[in-house]
Parts: sequence; C-alpha cells; structure tokens
Amino acid sequence: MRYAIPIIVLFGLLALFVSGLQHDPRELPSPLIGKVAPAFSLPPLNGDTAQRITPDDLKGKPLLVNFFASWCAGCQDEHAYLLQLAQGAQVPIVGIDYKDALDDGRNWLQRRGNPYAQVLVDLDGKTGIDWGVYGVPETFVLDAQGRIIFKHIGPMTPQAWEQDVLPKLQGAS
Amino acid sequence: MKTLRTFISLAMLFAAAVHAQVQTEKPPIVLNEAQEARFAAMLPNLRCLVCQNESLADSQAPLALDLRYEIRSLLAQGESDTQVKKYLTDRYGEFILYRPVIALHTYLLWFGPLLLLVLGLVAVYRFTRRRSAAISIKPLDRAALSKLLEDEAR
Repeated sequence: MRYAIPIIVLFGLLALFVSGLQHDPRELPSPLIGKVAPAFSLPPLNGDTAQRITPDDLKGKPLLVNFFASWCAGCQDEHAYLLQLAQGAQVPIVGIDYKDALDDGRNWLQRRGNPYAQVLVDLDGKTGIDWGVYGVPETFVLDAQGRIIFKHIGPMTPQAWEQDVLPKLQGAS
Repeated sequence: MKTLRTFISLAMLFAAAVHAQVQTEKPPIVLNEAQEARFAAMLPNLRCLVCQNESLADSQAPLALDLRYEIRSLLAQGESDTQVKKYLTDRYGEFILYRPVIALHTYLLWFGPLLLLVLGLVAVYRFTRRRSAAISIKPLDRAALSKLLEDEAR
C-alpha cells in the first residue's frame, strides 16, 4: 500500500512515453485541415503551357492533390500504388510536379505511367509553400467544395489509403 | 562480384543524381539596414521543417532557401515580424516557431513544470510534517513517563 502512489506514477509515465514513441516527429499536423485549399494559378505539365489552372477549376467532386517530383525517391515508391488507385478510379488524382525540370517530369511520367487526371507544374515551389509542403511526396484530400480534409505525408501506401484516406473520402461524399 | 556491386551502386548513385531539384533563379531582394537586422534576428528562432533540429538560419535545405527568400520578400514589402510569423504558421503550423506562443493550448507546456514544482513542495511539506508528528512525544506520555521515572527512583 505504501508503494501504491509511486507505482501509479511509474506506470502513468510509462504509458505516456510509450504513446510518445508511436508518434513520428517528422509528420507535422497541417494547419490547413478544414480550410479551403490555398489559391494557385499553375500551368499544366503537358499541353498548352500558357494555360493557368486554379483550384476553382478542380472543384465539384472530391479529389486527391499529390505533390511529386522526378527527383524524389519516395515518389518512386508510391508511383505503382497511385497507378493502381487511378485504375480503380475511385477518385481523380491531380499531380503537382514540385520544383522539377519540365523535361524530367514529362519523361518520368512517360516512362512510369501517368496516374494523374491532370498534372500541374510548381516550378519555383511557391505553391508548395502555400500548401505547407515540406517534403514530397505529400497527398492532400479535398472535398467537393475544395476544402482540405486530410493530408498524408510520405509515400501513399495501401495501409494509409485504407486506414486514413478512404474513411475521410467516404465522409466527404 | 564485389566490383560489380560497387559498379551497380555507383551507377545507381549517378542515375539518382541525374534528376535534381530545380532551384529557379530569382532576383536577390535588397533590404534596408533595419529590415536586414530583423531578418537576421528572426531566422534563428524559426525551425527548418526538413531538418527539424536546424534553424532556418543554418539550414541549407532547398525549402529553407525558399523560405528565407519568402521572408525577405515579405520584409521588403513592409510586413511586420508578427505578420511574417503568421505567414509561416498559417502554412506550416506553430511547430515552425522554436519558442511556442503563450496561449490557452500551450499553458500546460509553459506552466506545467511550475505546477509539478508546487505539487512536489506540497508533497514534501506533508511528508515531513507527518514524520515529525510521528516522533514527537505526546504530553500524556510525558506525564506517564515522569511518573514511571519517579517510581523507579523511589
């Protein structure tokens, strides 16, 4: 009985530390969740490069916005899975090629296949900053009103898709 | 076999190096002396989000370069320090600030240690009081004791 309080304190601290270990300190919560996606005006990677696409052009249905680049290793890891998702056609994926040489980006998609309904170019990384991107690949989930409802940091995996993204998408539609 | 492996890893290294992040050429931003001083004072207190234990002043990560450029351009536009910090926290969250704001959601962080100290002091006070109470001789015992001693002396 004498040791009841120290033991309770000990296990309380242990529980706190164990739960702390589950968090990945590299995954930062985005302050943009629940807000309308930040504005941009970006040219497409292919086709008429004088054209400008804005978030308004993407509104109307839930979609994914995936920041990627040909120089990014994690993007290679997730690419096959993105292709698979695109084939399933559950939700359109908009790609934003982040700080990439145009030819590199084009070749990359040509060689590996293009999972994107639309590919935009963020050459100077300004849109990335506005969206709070700090390490590609990052995938944002937008609802039909153009609000960001979820952000996945790092390569998209079947596990992340089923556990995190899909429930949000189902809640949105 | 070993040479082959070395060759393959070197080849992979070069293949990876072919695609590099593009750093677009941007015109340098000229700040006046006061703005330059504010820029220098602000950077060490901002976290680089790529290499999280480096500040924006030290980091050479491409994102840090870009953010330094954005901060310079905001300062050149006459934005205050508070406005620049808001620009950053609106995008990256308060994690970018090395010094957390003092607000309702950070009270536990700021004042938690003080709370623990007070709890500790209360615990020590109660513990020592209980101890001293346990070893003090009660008046009743004292009377009984002197009576005993008297009986013994007789």
